[in-house]
Amino acid sequence: MKDEVTRDERVANLKGMGCARKRVEDARFTQGKGNYIDDINLPGMLHGDFVRSPYAHARVKSINIDAAMALPGVVAVLTAKDLEPLSLHWMPTLAGDKQMVLADGKVLFQGQEVAFVVAKDRYIAADAVELVEVEYEELPVIVDPFKSLQSDVVLREDLEPGADGAHGPRKHPNHIFLWEVGDKSATEAVLDEADVVAEEMVYYHRTHPCPLEPCGSVASMDKVNGKLTLYGTFQAPHVVRTVASLLSGIEEHNIRVVSPDIGGGFGNKVGVYPGYVCSIVASIVTGVPVKWIEDRMDNLMSTAFARDYHMHGKISATKEGKITGLWCHTTADHGAFDACADPTKYPAGFMSICTGSYDIPVAYLGVDGVYTNKAPGGVAYRCSFRVTEAAYFIERMIEVLAIELNMDAAELRRINFIKKEQFPYNSALGWEYDSGDYHTAWDKALEAVDYKGLRAEQTERLEAFKRGETRKLMGIGLTFFTEIVGAGPVKNCDILGMGMFDSCEIRIHPTGSAIARLGTISQGQGHATTFAQILASEIGIPADSITIEEGDTDTAPYGLGTYGSRSTPVAGAATALAGRKIRAKAQMIAAYLLEVHDDDVEFDVDRFVVKGAPERFKTMKEIAYASYNQAIPGVEPGLEAVSYYDPPNMTYPFGAYICVMDVDVDTGTADIRQFYALDDCGTRINPMVIEGQVHGGLTEALAIAMGQEIAYDEMGNHKTSTLMDFFIPTAWETPHYTTDHTVTPSPHHPIGAKGVGESPNVGGVPAFSNAVHDAFRPFGLRQSHMPHDHWRIWKIANGLGLHD
Amino acid sequence: MIPAAFEYHRPDSISAALAILQDHGDDARVLAGGHSLIPMMKLRMADIPHLVDLQDVADLRGISVQDGTVSIGAMTTQAELIASADIAKAAPILHEAALQIADPQVRYMGTVGGNIANGDPGNDLPGLMQCLDATFTLAGPDGSRDVAAREFYEAAYMTAREDDEILTRVSFAGTDAGYAYEKQKRKIGDYATAAAAVLLKKDGDKVSSASVAMTNLSDVPVFSKAAGAALVGTACDADAVKAAVAAMLDDIDPNEDNRGPVAFKRHVAGVILGRAIARAWSRS
Ligand SMILES: Cc1cc2nc3c(=O)[nH]c(=O)nc-3n(C[C@H](O)[C@H](O)[C@H](O)COP(=O)(O)OP(=O)(O)OC[C@H]3O[C@@H](n4cnc5c(N)ncnc54)[C@H](O)[C@@H]3O)c2cc1C
Repeated sequence: MKDEVTRDERVANLKGMGCARKRVEDARFTQGKGNYIDDINLPGMLHGDFVRSPYAHARVKSINIDAAMALPGVVAVLTAKDLEPLSLHWMPTLAGDKQMVLADGKVLFQGQEVAFVVAKDRYIAADAVELVEVEYEELPVIVDPFKSLQSDVVLREDLEPGADGAHGPRKHPNHIFLWEVGDKSATEAVLDEADVVAEEMVYYHRTHPCPLEPCGSVASMDKVNGKLTLYGTFQAPHVVRTVASLLSGIEEHNIRVVSPDIGGGFGNKVGVYPGYVCSIVASIVTGVPVKWIEDRMDNLMSTAFARDYHMHGKISATKEGKITGLWCHTTADHGAFDACADPTKYPAGFMSICTGSYDIPVAYLGVDGVYTNKAPGGVAYRCSFRVTEAAYFIERMIEVLAIELNMDAAELRRINFIKKEQFPYNSALGWEYDSGDYHTAWDKALEAVDYKGLRAEQTERLEAFKRGETRKLMGIGLTFFTEIVGAGPVKNCDILGMGMFDSCEIRIHPTGSAIARLGTISQGQGHATTFAQILASEIGIPADSITIEEGDTDTAPYGLGTYGSRSTPVAGAATALAGRKIRAKAQMIAAYLLEVHDDDVEFDVDRFVVKGAPERFKTMKEIAYASYNQAIPGVEPGLEAVSYYDPPNMTYPFGAYICVMDVDVDTGTADIRQFYALDDCGTRINPMVIEGQVHGGLTEALAIAMGQEIAYDEMGNHKTSTLMDFFIPTAWETPHYTTDHTVTPSPHHPIGAKGVGESPNVGGVPAFSNAVHDAFRPFGLRQSHMPHDHWRIWKIANGLGLHD
Repeated sequence: MIPAAFEYHRPDSISAALAILQDHGDDARVLAGGHSLIPMMKLRMADIPHLVDLQDVADLRGISVQDGTVSIGAMTTQAELIASADIAKAAPILHEAALQIADPQVRYMGTVGGNIANGDPGNDLPGLMQCLDATFTLAGPDGSRDVAAREFYEAAYMTAREDDEILTRVSFAGTDAGYAYEKQKRKIGDYATAAAAVLLKKDGDKVSSASVAMTNLSDVPVFSKAAGAALVGTACDADAVKAAVAAMLDDIDPNEDNRGPVAFKRHVAGVILGRAIARAWSRS
């Protein structure tokens, strides 16, 4: 058979790795054809809504549901008393704590779930919420974690005051854990002796992932066959199934969890929320499906926040700027319950990546977790567990050290980078960085923005400012970040005892197309596009002929879900390895068909060819067909494979970001005039998807750095519960981004890929924040906490005497 | 964010709308673009059993300029304001301000009348109307009456309009004065941290007349007569601007909110007014 198509055309036809394939999901989403949780409507379905606490801390004296029950259309009103016989009035959190499902005697944050109203429609449910009469007795409110550890007001009366928590001893009734890594005494000894020590308190404020679609679920208990179907906004559907089984006592095979299309997660949809539990209980009680959908205020007030880390740092260096040690003590405000979504052994996530991209010989990190009267959470908002906090901390400390040394911050970074030849590099806090080439990336970035030229311009502008010719200051924000993603090796990463592997199962159909199912779930990352590309390159079937399916626990193999940039590092690896199993079997079939030995054929793009005789080949399409219709001795029919991948290590993407902004000292407004982002995420599967992820992550970073926050007043009232006050940038506020890359593959990942979805948020926040700080550096600014909204920037200028 | 139940009425004339308001008294409220009212209902801060939608009332629409007088029907949308060549010509300050209200989506729905009648100190048009010395026409059960914009606002959400009256039109004299509407906001779609409306006329190289109004810096819009007076007769130099700003600062009374504390708002109000005066002067 004569082949009409060239090899290049065959490669192009696959749309495999490296191809800027258009996202296959988008046609559906841009035409309003997505199927989100609120699109799921089952016959006879009821609707639930919460009575929420108006107080941040109060005793619940009584709940009267009579008036609500009397409203036509109301079917049930559940309180803690109703859930208690089922032991569901409390639930375990992912962090080893427990959390009230419905207020049990007291409330601990404003917006806490007190009662669950179930009614025939959403409007009746909302009306009935108003009719539930709750009598509260207000208690003293604590919103400051430092005060919490001094207070004799006990927030969690359910916990034995002196008893250990899930992560060891507690030193105060409002204390959750102390987690320590590194060598404290050695670090302190180095700091004592050092030429130069910079010390600073760096606060990374509380914020919220605020996905476009809030959380929700539809539970449907079929009492005839005993099966529970649970649809919901779950970033980890299999984990939800296991937890639901453990909580409800329903056997796991009788539970089917489905994540439909998810309108953004960013960590907000990792946890298990009272709404999910209540919809399940209500469906069990009523025997019909029950839907619960959050509104925006519910979402911002009650489901998982992010950050809220007070990081006290000390960094030491020689006079020449070589860093000798790093010390960090963090006070972590966890709110009312410890509902962080971290791997079990890491109560402060991967905060110990806080030595960053630098060769720091000795370091210490201690984290105290503290209860306050705020919403629970502490999720990784578009980052791997606490990596944004770590990156912000070290990138601020570097800037402060540069001030202390009177050195250029770019040069300070350069002389402290881990060198290319030091990889794999063991950090002082215990991580093994897989690969990196920081100097190359940094030089490329500085050259791309003409760093020297920018500094010269900044000096000129400063002189003009001093002469009174302008009221604007120019700031150059530098960041070099290293992430740790792809949790993670089962030996040290688990959630509720489930090792953090992931999976892929592939079936090749007789006509040469395929379906692959994974344990992850896309929330906008474009898995249906990119995973098909990995497979296309591995098995020689065009990406357009491969369906990717995720999110249905009845069909998908078990996996730990999508967050922490783990999908490509873990499930992507499983996909490649499952593909290689297919290829191995295909090789045997090809050899049989070509009547040669297995070793005499080799894979070439979309076929197996006889070595040395390229005109003799079998395409994957032919092989697929043969696998179903030929009796091949010693080979089972069919062409399927499954792979469960336990990564040997995490992956360590890195990048260099530079932000240039002009800050108006009188109004506090900031104009971002340039943003350059260089990312190294190892092997690049789809450059267009990467660019999209980088744009999205940078825009969220912009939001966080420049205005977005969850704020409470002294009484624990939530001050930012609508999008009028909670900042989400639109096209108007978003600057132009210039993207760039270097490629340093991961040595341990089957295709060398590292994960990229979260890098821009990790690196973006310090880049924006450092630009603000840099603008005021000539006037003596060392540290000013985010978000850098207008009045806080104005406050910096005011405090530095620039309005006098 | 689910409103309580309500009856929906959709009259097609002013008299029919007034009749419904009469029937239900306090329980009824007119609905224009809904972009202030519906959010309040969803937050259950407003419970309105009878909503009277004005969108079919043709008499409430339309922009006209006759003999130098601009007249705008209450149901004219903010987007229509922006699109109107007549407005751009007869009152370019209104064009400039309308572009700074909310975002395009809101402006397609939000109306001039709703923005003015609402009584929210954050709305941009009330201060602007005071700057323009506009007149509001109210139709009630006993006929029609006119109220000056500068007399209309009493306190937050409290105006000279009676519950059973409908705002039908706003009118003001077109002007070729130098103008500026300067607004600082946190993001697109936000109300002002501080905003200033300024109209300046020039005679030779002196200011011959000046009108200054501020938005979201008190519980009502602030027409600062003293600020205008401080400019008249001057060459609009630095001292004059300083005096105008000082006068304005005596008239405002901002509150602390998520946009910032009082000291910040007062500082920004001064900067914004200074910029507005400079731009208006350059255009006069
Ligand atoms: C996200 C967002 C951002 C916004 N930003 C801004 C901004 O920056 N600047 C700004 O000025 N506004 C802003 N707004 C408000 C917007 O301009 C509203 O459209 C406007 O305030 C009200 O106009 P409406 O036609 O929507 O009135 P509605 O919401 O329908 O009514 C508002 C009130 O006025 C009453 N009313 C309406 N019409 C009449 C009438 N003819 N006679 C008597 N009473 C009447 C109603 O009964 C109601 O009490 C914003 C709104 C949103 C949702």
